[in-house]
Amino acid sequence: MSKDLKTMDVLTREYPYGFVTEIEEDSVPAGLSEGIIRTISTKKNEPEWMLDWRLRAYRQWLTMKEPTWANVHYPQIDYQAIRYYSAPKGRGEGAKSLAEVDPELLRTYEKLGIPLQERELLAGVAVDAVFDSVSVATTFREKLEQLGIYFCSFSEAVQRYPDLVQKYLGSVVPYSDNFFATLNSAVFSDGSFVYVPKGVRCPLELSTYFRINARETGQFERTLIIADQGSYVSYLEGCTAPMRDRNQLHAAVVELVALDDAEIRYATVQNWYPGDKEGRGGIYNFVTKRGKCQGVNSKISWTQVETGSAITWKYPGCILMGDNSTGAFYSVAVTNNYQQADTGTKMIHIGRNTKSTIVSKGISAGHGQNSYRGMVKVLKSAENARNYSQCDSLLIGDKCGAHTFPYLEVKNSTARVEHEASISKIGDDQIFYCQQRGLSAEDAVSTIINGFCKQVLKELPMEFAVEARKLLGVSLEGSVG
Amino acid sequence: MLRIRKLSASIDGKPILRGIDLDVRAGEVHAIMGPNGSGKSTFAQVLAGRDIYKVVADEVTFNGRDLLQMAPEIRAREGIFLAFQYPIEIPGVSNLYFLRAAVNAVRSHRGLPELDAVDFMSYAREQAKALGIDDAMLKRSLNEGFSGGEKKRNEIFQMTLLEPRLAILDESDSGLDIDALKIVADGINAMRSPERAIIVVTHYQRLLNYVVPDYVHVLAGGRIVRSGGKELAMELEEKGYGWLEHERSECKPDRAQPSKNEAVTS
Repeated sequence: MSKDLKTMDVLTREYPYGFVTEIEEDSVPAGLSEGIIRTISTKKNEPEWMLDWRLRAYRQWLTMKEPTWANVHYPQIDYQAIRYYSAPKGRGEGAKSLAEVDPELLRTYEKLGIPLQERELLAGVAVDAVFDSVSVATTFREKLEQLGIYFCSFSEAVQRYPDLVQKYLGSVVPYSDNFFATLNSAVFSDGSFVYVPKGVRCPLELSTYFRINARETGQFERTLIIADQGSYVSYLEGCTAPMRDRNQLHAAVVELVALDDAEIRYATVQNWYPGDKEGRGGIYNFVTKRGKCQGVNSKISWTQVETGSAITWKYPGCILMGDNSTGAFYSVAVTNNYQQADTGTKMIHIGRNTKSTIVSKGISAGHGQNSYRGMVKVLKSAENARNYSQCDSLLIGDKCGAHTFPYLEVKNSTARVEHEASISKIGDDQIFYCQQRGLSAEDAVSTIINGFCKQVLKELPMEFAVEARKLLGVSLEGSVG
Repeated sequence: MLRIRKLSASIDGKPILRGIDLDVRAGEVHAIMGPNGSGKSTFAQVLAGRDIYKVVADEVTFNGRDLLQMAPEIRAREGIFLAFQYPIEIPGVSNLYFLRAAVNAVRSHRGLPELDAVDFMSYAREQAKALGIDDAMLKRSLNEGFSGGEKKRNEIFQMTLLEPRLAILDESDSGLDIDALKIVADGINAMRSPERAIIVVTHYQRLLNYVVPDYVHVLAGGRIVRSGGKELAMELEEKGYGWLEHERSECKPDRAQPSKNEAVTS
């Protein structure tokens, strides 16, 4: 059907970020061993405790099995064929200032639409740029430091703020958490670190831009964000990778800690290379993200727009420990061609009067398979817990699939848990109606998809909403009305 | 403006329109009446370019150009507007946003500058008032949860904003109470102009008390069985469609002849 083809056009545009940067890289040989971990740790000049933690994770990992419960299918990964560290040469410890950053790298980020020159930056956004295994630049640091906000690469935080790192690292996602998180704990190379002190409202959007460049290399970044009492921070994460015909592994860990009355908003626009139309290549995006609402009245929200990756496996969740704490998860996941996504969230209610909201929008096209997997767990202590979950799926064409796996576990009779799910197709009549009003079929599909995702897109900070809408092939909605 | 010769249409091999001839000139209002299943809605949808029908015709031209060769959105941008009998819901897309996209698609096709959000808002508000459409309705998702009457008024509102050259109104009166009917009729009458043609498709004569047509055509069994002035509508109201049944049986249903000017869209 011509209409299906038209519909597909919207979702199958060329991947525009597939280029490779020619740059000399300092990397370790492929394979994983204690020796490799020691090498990574030495390259990063890490203190003893950090190395110990890595090694404990590694030993634990050796005893673990790769999980198979997710509704995704891929050939066995050879963990000895992956290179666990690769950094642009001479940047082992990160550049001190932008002037020291290799111009080739600056050009790379410019091509990606992320200029790192502060004067050219989007007003109100500070960026940490992670290239393969290391952070290459962090902008607006001084301005933030005046407010007592630490925003730097994880490696640097280990050196400069060891007490904070030691206190919170692994406090939300312990090194023994799961196969991929444990692997990350052993070999993680860099990532971002944020600390917002008591009572400070971070005036900038903080963001990390992840880029995989090197061949046969995995990216294992680790991000830790701590919002101290009464503070607020909004954080954005974006990612791209070159087009390669071999799959690459990305196993990241993100930990968020919100203390009393603090709020963290974490947004992701994930656009890793999804593989080609036949399903060759693409990133395996196996990520563990979790936030802990440790303090009373604390809030954590996850918003994600997942359009890339060959396989996405991630469940950003919230542990609602503090009384009256609130967790939220807003997700759009698109699978097209042979992409697979098994994504959702975990909301663990521990404190009293804790609230969680889940809004998941899955869009499947081509041969894409899209699964929502969500757990809502209300412990005995969680008096008056409330959860609302909504999972909507949109199918385009007849070769794709949508699946929903909700798990509810309620141990307190005062809890109220609601789950709604729907599944729909884009109707020919909807497209015709739009066309009759002058919109092209492509614009019609974009408009309908945009409408479908509206609840999630409106949660994104403005700067990212634009990118996300472009990603979904739609024009900006909401500027009117 | 619109010239139709031997227009036939079928769906899944089942003929619905069997050779329609019609001429519509600028400034005219034509009413197409007929019993249920006579092909009225199909006729309206075919003119707008719905691609589920197999369409055959000797000629269908709009301002001298072959209409059947145009994609639906091009027809819309060229000035053909169809008010749907059953307006479609599009969840999450605000009425106002959708309308601005539509108006700008038409404007840029006509070489006019696009309207920005602010300009459009004030333009839309002004037009909305006359149709009893408030701000809340402008901001709601397109047709989602609208009552039948709201949907119909919203179609008229869209027509007003899009300023078509040829407006086709498919049963815009059905399901309306008398107050809503008056609002819709006023909206249509406000559109009458020497440059614009209007085709009103309706089952009942009721709407034609308010929107007085220049010509009335009766469609039965996929063809126009009688044409006349506005008095024909009165006559129909009085005698019912059964009155024309014998005329219908007189003209034998002939098979649609394949013609050289064949346009098939699927």
